[in-house]
Amino acid sequence: MQFGIFSVGDIAPDPLTGYTYSEAERIDNIIRIAQRADEVGLDVFALGEHHNPPFVPSSPTTLLGHIAALTKRIILSTSVTLMTTNDPVKIAEDYAMLQHVAKGRLDLMVGRGNTVPVYPWFGKDIRQGVALALENYNLLHRLWREDVVDWEGKFRTSLQGFTSTPRPLDDVPPFVWHGSIRTPEIAEQAAYYGNGFFANHILAPNFAFKPLVDLYRRRFEHYGHGTADQAIVGLGGMSFIARRSQDAVEAFRPYFEHYPIFRGSRLEDHMAATPITVGSPQEVIDKVLTFREGFGDYQRQLFALDGLALPVETALEQIELLGSEVVPVLRKEFDSLRAPGVPEAPTHASLVTAKYGDAAPRQPRPNPNRGDNLSGVSPYQDSDPSVRAQFPVIV
Amino acid sequence: MSETLDQEPMATIAVVNAGVSDPSSTRLFTDRIAQRTVAILSEAGISAAVRTIDLAPIAVEIAQALVSGVPSEKVQDAIERLASADALIAGTPVYKAGISGLFKSFADLIDDDLLIAKPAILAATGGSARHAMVVDDQLRPLFAFLRALPVPTSLYAAPEDWGSTDLGRRIDRAATELAVLLRSGAPRDIADGNWARYQHRFGGNASRAGKPDADLDFDSELMRLAAGGRPRSTAEPD
Repeated sequence: MQFGIFSVGDIAPDPLTGYTYSEAERIDNIIRIAQRADEVGLDVFALGEHHNPPFVPSSPTTLLGHIAALTKRIILSTSVTLMTTNDPVKIAEDYAMLQHVAKGRLDLMVGRGNTVPVYPWFGKDIRQGVALALENYNLLHRLWREDVVDWEGKFRTSLQGFTSTPRPLDDVPPFVWHGSIRTPEIAEQAAYYGNGFFANHILAPNFAFKPLVDLYRRRFEHYGHGTADQAIVGLGGMSFIARRSQDAVEAFRPYFEHYPIFRGSRLEDHMAATPITVGSPQEVIDKVLTFREGFGDYQRQLFALDGLALPVETALEQIELLGSEVVPVLRKEFDSLRAPGVPEAPTHASLVTAKYGDAAPRQPRPNPNRGDNLSGVSPYQDSDPSVRAQFPVIV
Repeated sequence: MSETLDQEPMATIAVVNAGVSDPSSTRLFTDRIAQRTVAILSEAGISAAVRTIDLAPIAVEIAQALVSGVPSEKVQDAIERLASADALIAGTPVYKAGISGLFKSFADLIDDDLLIAKPAILAATGGSARHAMVVDDQLRPLFAFLRALPVPTSLYAAPEDWGSTDLGRRIDRAATELAVLLRSGAPRDIADGNWARYQHRFGGNASRAGKPDADLDFDSELMRLAAGGRPRSTAEPD
């Protein structure tokens, strides 16, 4: 079971002091938060992608590449990578590069994005959002698995003889989670490919997303990747921890109740009706265990704990408490409760082993530049020697 | 408030009342409509139970749900009452020449497919007969969007109508229309037979959403795109 944190990099005035972080400060703070998460032994740090203020992470691979250099163990991921407004070719290239520099400590979560103007800003139509996400991922999936891709779709310029470089590390693509809270087609796509499915389990009544997760599990089994309870499920969550329950509620209340979408709401009502988890370490542990009861054994739990205008010092304390008092207990509990045969979330190491066993992983080495990829099966030296490339001869 | 008849109810009628006073003339109106509908159904051998959803006591929670997206227990309960009803009676006061904001706020919270093919009596009360068209101008398009089956007769009560036998006759006419629709079985046939052709919110509150896979067409264009862009299953070799 993996436990980690995710951030969307939002900026808002602190309701207690009125202080607003500059973008420069927020970016530095995100880096500090990721480093601390690594130091306290959390498993995952995931960063969102946004293209409008007050969010800073427009370029997650740049920031994650830097964080990769500063961290040792933690898996870097996204929450989410926009599968609609980005070019899937550029996603293939950027994240393969990031996977190399992070030495495999990378997976990603793909999603649609729901900020209406972002679509037209990038020349896309939000009414085609689901189709865009599905088709773009279909292409991304092939770009990471086939050296040379011929491709034709509805939304993007066709490709003939295209090779996405660099090839994934060890020729093993990063594991992909499909994030969704309402779209059965996204659950279907995750199930079809045997990828992970992630429901951001916040801002909705308890277990509101269970029907969608259950659909993914059934279809995962339908497509022959394993039984329904072996499907790879992740959940988002929001938490605030203090040693004493009442201190957590009191410290968190102004941040929660001043946040635009929660104005007029009582924190206690949301604590009762939604998955938000505010309280002592034991209360957080108990509530997260109810997620397992509701959704079944799952593989990844991420917490959002640096948003809602919280000061970075508070966010860092949250990470300390999560890493020292909550996650160690949850790991033990999840391990002891997990049904036999339920796998861990795939990692680069497990995917390499699954693909190669004890053999050495493929290390693609390009052929000398011949100016195109159209005329052979592979631009790499280890292409099948029985297939001879026919190069056009110019006299 | 709910009135349960002695017999086992065969039809459930949900009343949505957006009146805010106590007593409220809108509530008086919807009670009267409900009573006549039950009586007329009873004459046809159909017993019915009426469940009234008063919006005023949950007005603040309706507003919170609009902003946060999270319905409170009471709001969720109101939505579920509507979802499980066989027919409904919608009553709103007219404010500023339009339906009440409270009524529209509640309508904004319900799933688009919650009321598909449910027979509905649309009713409003107002301080002047000049607003009588509000029912047809505003409530009827709203229920058309929701793909409910509003009965042909719209009901409106201005102050002078409370002293007019014509109001009683119009109520009877609308109640009869609702009763005929219910007795015909057409609403259920439309919803059952046509369910997959409407857009649905997966795992939503609509009564047929209990078995979510029933709403899904795995052979739709998007579903086939989801599965790697496979062709239609009919085109696949055996």
